[in-house]
This record gives sequence, C-alpha cells and structure tokens, in this order.
Amino acid sequence: MSMKASTRQVDGITIVDLSGRITLGEGSVVLRDTVKDLLGKGQKKILLNLGDVSYIDSSGIGELVSAFTSVRNQGGELKLLHLTKKVHDLLQITKLYTVFDVKDDEAGAITAFSKANH
Amino acid sequence: MTAPQRVSYRLESTLESVNKAEEMADQIAAQVGFDEDTRGGISMAIREAMINAVLHGNKYDAGKRVNLTFEQKGPEMTVIVADEGTGFVPEEVPNPLAPENLLKQSGRGIFLMRTFMDEVRFRKSSSGTEITLIKRLQGNDPDRQEAST
Repeated sequence: MSMKASTRQVDGITIVDLSGRITLGEGSVVLRDTVKDLLGKGQKKILLNLGDVSYIDSSGIGELVSAFTSVRNQGGELKLLHLTKKVHDLLQITKLYTVFDVKDDEAGAITAFSKANH
Repeated sequence: MTAPQRVSYRLESTLESVNKAEEMADQIAAQVGFDEDTRGGISMAIREAMINAVLHGNKYDAGKRVNLTFEQKGPEMTVIVADEGTGFVPEEVPNPLAPENLLKQSGRGIFLMRTFMDEVRFRKSSSGTEITLIKRLQGNDPDRQEAST
C-alpha cells in the first residue's frame, strides 16, 4: 500500500519511478521529500514516472502541484510520464491535465526536456 | 423492497481510520451493485470526507472521534461522516477549478466528493460537522427514493 520512489539519470534528466499510492500521509511525504532532495542537489529537470501509481487522492494531487510549482520556481522543469487511466481521469476532472506537461513515452519526454533547454 | 441496512462505526482521528473507511466504502458499494469505476469514485469521495473530518475537523485530536455510518437502501447508498471539530462553511471554500486556484495545494476534497456522488450535504451540528453523501445505481429515479427518506 505504501509508496516507493527510486531515481535514475538519463541524459541529464532525473527520472523518478513512483509506485503505490500518493495519498495523505506517507505517500505524499515520500514525493515531497524526493523532489525537495533533488532540488537541493541542483537536479531541476525531473520526470515523474507515474506508471505504477495506482491511486492519488486530493492530498496527492496537491503534492504533485506543489512539486510542479517548486521546480518551476527554481527555474527547472517537471513533467509527468505514463499516467494510469485513474490518474489521467483525475487530472482531467481537476483541470490539471493541461497544466502539467504529460508524456506517454520516456524517450519522447527526455527529448522534450532537451529541446526546452537548448 | 428490502429493508435498509445500517451500520455505524466510531473511529479515531487517524490516517488508519481514513484508509479503513475507504476500504469499507468499496466493499459496501460492491454489495449494492456499483461497477468498479463507480466504486472507485465512491471510495474516493468517502476518503475525502474522512480526510475532511480527521484532518480539518478533528485535527488529529486523539480525544475526538469520527462517526461513520453506511446505509444501504435498495439501489441507494448513503454515507454519513460526522466529526467533532469547530465546523466550516463549505460555500467559503474557493472553487478549485478557477484559474487562480488551479495551482493551490489544497481545496479539492469537497469538489471530488461532489464529482463522484449524486448528493453531498453539509450540516453543522452542536458537536461538529456532518457530511451526508448519497450515490444511487444508475437507472433509479431519485424522486422515488426521496419519498421514503
């Protein structure tokens, strides 16, 4: 039930593979701490892979928004990758789908970062 | 018509209670006959109501409880979440879909409850706030249900 986050680097982009539930409590905290840690290390191009995220509640949505604005405020970029149908629908309902830059293939997402920074 | 089935719980103001209520909502929604997608919406709405009660109402106070009631009446499922907090005015919660609020971190819980349920009512009581959430199986005329409430 708990959320896990692991990070890897591809072409200067930090990919965060998330799995589990991003909900009030542990899930939201894991996401918050992960993004805070990355920004602290100067890693400001972040791709959140939500392919294995089964569920997000309002707290989790808030945490995604907070991550997005934190990264942007530091001159970085945060994109979302591989939304499940549930998460996709939730972002549509809350009108956040067009706020986030959502990608459905990793290579394309990496390229999008590169283009935006040249 | 089958007799209403009603079950109530008195829960601690903890995250465990939020998770437990969400699981129970899914199980009861399955018994009523809701499909998987609808059950997901119902359990999310109940989760949000419980978060409202535990976090915003009771503020995790160990001395305060959340009363949770499930009622199944034919094709209708009613859930009542009552906290012991100081209360709030739902109309004063900013619209989370307004452009100026889209990037706010909080304020989406009530919107999600209303999105996934047919009716959501708030009532301020002497002991706190009570949220009533109702969902009906599609194809059932709500007016016929109201006659018996």
